[in-house]
Amino acid sequence: MHVSIQQLNKSFGPVRANQDITIAFAAGQIHGILGENGAGKSTLMKLLSGVYKPDSGQIFINGNAVTLGTPRLAVQIGIGMVGQDPLDVPVFSVLENIACGLQMPSDADIRQQIMHWSTTLGFPLHPDQRMRDLTVGQRQQVEIVRLLIAGSHVLILDEPTTGITAAQVAALFAALKTIVATGKTVLFVTHKLDEIEVLCNTVTVLRAGQLVGTQLAMPISKEAMLTAMFGEFLTHPQVPAKPIPTDAPRWQLSDTMLQDTTFVLGPLNLSLPKGMIIGLAGLEGSGQRVFMHHLAGTAHPDRGHVHFNGQPLTRANPLVAWLPADRLHEGIIGAMSLSEHVQLLRDSLLAANQNATEKTAQLIVDYAIKATPDMPLQQLSGGNQQRAMLALIPESAQGILLEHPTRGLDTVSAMAIWQRLQVRRDNGATVLFFSADLSEIMQYSDAVLVFFGGQVSRLLARDSLSEEALAALIGGVGFAEVSA
Amino acid sequence: MKTQFVALRTPIIAMIVALTITAVLLLLAGADVFAAFGVLLTGALTTPSRIADMLMLLAPLLLCAVGLTMSFAAGQYNLGIEGQMTVGGVAAMWFLRGYQDGAPVLVYWIGAVLCGMLMGALWALLVALLKRYMRVSEIFAGLGFNFVALGLALYLVFGPWKRPGVASMSGTEPLADALWLPTVTGTRLTLVTPLLAIVMLAIVWRLIRHTHWGLQVRACGLSALASVRMGVPATRRTLEAMALCGACAGMAGALQVIGVYHALVPNVASGIGLMGLLVALLVRADIRWVAAVALFFAVITSGSIQLPLTLSIDSSISGVLQGLIVLAVIVARARRGEEVA
Amino acid sequence: MNWTQLLTDIAAIIAVSAPLIIATMGIYLSERAGVINLSVDGSMLLAGMTGFAVAYTTNSVVLGFVAAALVGGLIAALIAYLGVSLRISQTAIGFVLALLCTDLSSFLGNPYVQQTGPAVPAWSIPGLTTIPVLGQLLFSHDAVIYLSLTLVPLIAWWMMRTRSGLIVRGLGERPDALFARGIDVIRWRYVMVIIGGVLIGLAGAAYTLDLKQGWTYRHMAGTGWIALAIVIFGAWRPWRILLGCYFFAALQTMASRLQDNSWQIPTQVLQVAPFVVMILVLAVVNSLGAPELQRWINRLPTPLRRMIRFLTSPAPAALGQPFIQQ
Repeated sequence: MHVSIQQLNKSFGPVRANQDITIAFAAGQIHGILGENGAGKSTLMKLLSGVYKPDSGQIFINGNAVTLGTPRLAVQIGIGMVGQDPLDVPVFSVLENIACGLQMPSDADIRQQIMHWSTTLGFPLHPDQRMRDLTVGQRQQVEIVRLLIAGSHVLILDEPTTGITAAQVAALFAALKTIVATGKTVLFVTHKLDEIEVLCNTVTVLRAGQLVGTQLAMPISKEAMLTAMFGEFLTHPQVPAKPIPTDAPRWQLSDTMLQDTTFVLGPLNLSLPKGMIIGLAGLEGSGQRVFMHHLAGTAHPDRGHVHFNGQPLTRANPLVAWLPADRLHEGIIGAMSLSEHVQLLRDSLLAANQNATEKTAQLIVDYAIKATPDMPLQQLSGGNQQRAMLALIPESAQGILLEHPTRGLDTVSAMAIWQRLQVRRDNGATVLFFSADLSEIMQYSDAVLVFFGGQVSRLLARDSLSEEALAALIGGVGFAEVSA
Repeated sequence: MKTQFVALRTPIIAMIVALTITAVLLLLAGADVFAAFGVLLTGALTTPSRIADMLMLLAPLLLCAVGLTMSFAAGQYNLGIEGQMTVGGVAAMWFLRGYQDGAPVLVYWIGAVLCGMLMGALWALLVALLKRYMRVSEIFAGLGFNFVALGLALYLVFGPWKRPGVASMSGTEPLADALWLPTVTGTRLTLVTPLLAIVMLAIVWRLIRHTHWGLQVRACGLSALASVRMGVPATRRTLEAMALCGACAGMAGALQVIGVYHALVPNVASGIGLMGLLVALLVRADIRWVAAVALFFAVITSGSIQLPLTLSIDSSISGVLQGLIVLAVIVARARRGEEVA
Repeated sequence: MNWTQLLTDIAAIIAVSAPLIIATMGIYLSERAGVINLSVDGSMLLAGMTGFAVAYTTNSVVLGFVAAALVGGLIAALIAYLGVSLRISQTAIGFVLALLCTDLSSFLGNPYVQQTGPAVPAWSIPGLTTIPVLGQLLFSHDAVIYLSLTLVPLIAWWMMRTRSGLIVRGLGERPDALFARGIDVIRWRYVMVIIGGVLIGLAGAAYTLDLKQGWTYRHMAGTGWIALAIVIFGAWRPWRILLGCYFFAALQTMASRLQDNSWQIPTQVLQVAPFVVMILVLAVVNSLGAPELQRWINRLPTPLRRMIRFLTSPAPAALGQPFIQQ
């Protein structure tokens, strides 16, 4: 099936996630969609699979204009998507999960088709297995088989190789080649250059919501792809980086395995020194969050220990401040004001007191928060919420973990926040952050950790890296050499 | 001024909707609508003895609503409030049964109220522990313990504590006259109960709005995840808030025994706790409005008792009106995009 | 205790449990689709009262049941609108509606208190009644009880064996996944909640027109809450819910049998006892599933562990959570 898109636009508030996108995807091929975090890949795929409605623009299937905008229509047309976290029902069996929502064939037919497709594609699936007992890689295989049985002609795979084993990656690639050989179309969304190289027939690069150039036929050099992804690289960071000290580390991980429900990271051997700003680079969902949870002491390693100031971390440590990206859910209490938050963090019998009032006023000035002390934080803009959250980090904090510290902030606010963090660092705190913005990592980190394929690199001095080299590492190019 | 008007508009529209539906129901029942509303709103205020009766309903209602405001602030639906009232009454009765002629009455009164509070707190704590550690929904745990409390009261009333000769729903053997709380001349009203309710209101008000402890409780109720991140001991605060709510209910139960029934009756709670839940749902965790709303509910509930006598209308219309008001306000809030409870 | 007595008791349990089964199946359908209808106690009272009033006025039992079904369905539709469309807390609206409908039933039902109205006629199935034992147990009741007997297998089959049943189970587990498959989550939830409400309404009428004929102030108050508890006890599986209904009915029958004996337990206590036992059993069973106990349970021998696993299957994952379409 031939899919083409013309002048597609989609905005979320002020953010133009997709701007005037025009591409065509020929049938019987694997098309790579490449771009860094936030480039608009996911939005484009969600538009195609009907999860979002486009603001304007048209989609053509085999030359006919079609209306999309609900998953139902996409299913009818034959476009299906496999998400990073496959949308299946954990308590169902493989058979039930595939049958759910299908009009036709009988269970016996579906069972037979599952067997057929798992043999053809080399997926070791059994219809009666429970979904919740499967690994992410297997669940992805079930989703692919489901879409094929449902009669999809276009399969969209969003970062399918994150969190699955090398063997599963190999099986997946072989399967995708088999699938397109039958005349179906595969759209393969990734940030990994190697994968594009070995798998795709064409590549389309997105940057900041816009198409970079036109669709390109493979092969293309990695350098060309990198330049397309990141544009011109900044050659010199503006702030000199601190050298990596060698005294007693703030955090120490030795042969430590970290794990959450979907992700395994490690084994890791790392020393994170005192008084540094460390940037965590890597695609979102490469394990940074798991890593931070373990450093905060809110999750516990499968094997080995995480030491903080020489002591094993067994529970949340008050000396470690963790600032989650989901501010209104995990970070702050939306219905409460800044002064209430200040009071909450202080230990005194009465909540409101002179001290707290003064402190709040001081924080509002210091962090340039546009709010009165008594405004509920949910009424503040995102940037002001972020500043409030930073302002609330206790002075005593020796470890500061931040997810997207300046996302959604204007340049001036971002710089102000970094100045604050640099002061904390100079006072001995270790600041860890991850950001979708590579230039932010290059600009403010003293050292960098790269996350790729369930592994973390050794601590790399920022001065030893260029933004270009970092981009390559994130895409897995040369990662083996820096792996810890 | 303008923002105040907007804030008030929602409850006013909700009230109008609720009153309109109630009027339609009254018409359906063939009643004189205006006369019925007249009786509902003023029936409780016509004679001193009626005002006294209304205050006797208001006091335990306010105690329950105050406690529930606390538990709502912690994000808990304490449907076990009726059971907590009942065991409060049971504990008070247990203590008072030890009274012998000539003993200091005041000691027994204070002891009985404290026993009731303690028992109510324990009963609520049981529910909170089941929820926290056993994943039993506090709604069903609470309702379940209401049945258990009722069973206990029934057992005592008809079993070990029964009136000699006749066991009946009317309760255990009455307390010695000396133990009855003194009443205002000519009425059945004791001033102690409303006074204690106001004291509890003041204490909880102070706790919720002005102490660090209350702030932490509210934080847990609003976002457990964020509170834990900021170092609030969420589990402890939630349990403490529930226990405090149980203590308020237990106090109400104990006072019903000493001041109203002068005996343990199986139905000590008699729906007052549930009405308190409606009040708490209406004010959410905002304690400033508790007294006013409780007063309003007490007035129409007491007033409705006149309905069958004067207009031959069933008194349950007061409950219908209360339910409709709460429902309408909840819907109005949702339409404005606010949190419901 | 002799043989005939036992048969009579079992037949009584089957009869007593009939309305409860109908109500729990209604709750089951709604909760499987992910929506809690907490108004059951009030819904049953209001529907039961309406059913009796309509039957009394028209002298038609059938019209009574139709009216009751309509009332149950309407309340459920209101819950669907508020809970599914407006996404208001299902707990809050369910609770308020439970109280509201209870008072409404008292208010509107006032004229019908203590009246004698029509009732569901007994209807022994000819031929089948002569079968020894089974004939007396199963086939000498009335239409309501036959409905209760067929409802569970029917719903269990539909839910576990058909494609539409599969969709309903998915709705309560992961609505996003169904939405991605092109299923209209909101509409399905409306339909299931309303069908559930209709059954809850019928259960109300099953009391006032059959099991506990007539209407009084708060006629069968409390049973709705028990029905909700039984569904939890039954771990959202139809056959186990049925077991729960029979267990509760058995407790009630036992309680009334104990009254005849010269036991020292007062009647009133016996009437409450089944509720107490049911809730305590629920608490124990439910608590076995708590993560805090898992480590301890894992040390038990396998057969015991299997039994505990069977007893503690978790609630539908999306139960009570609003579905937000992207």
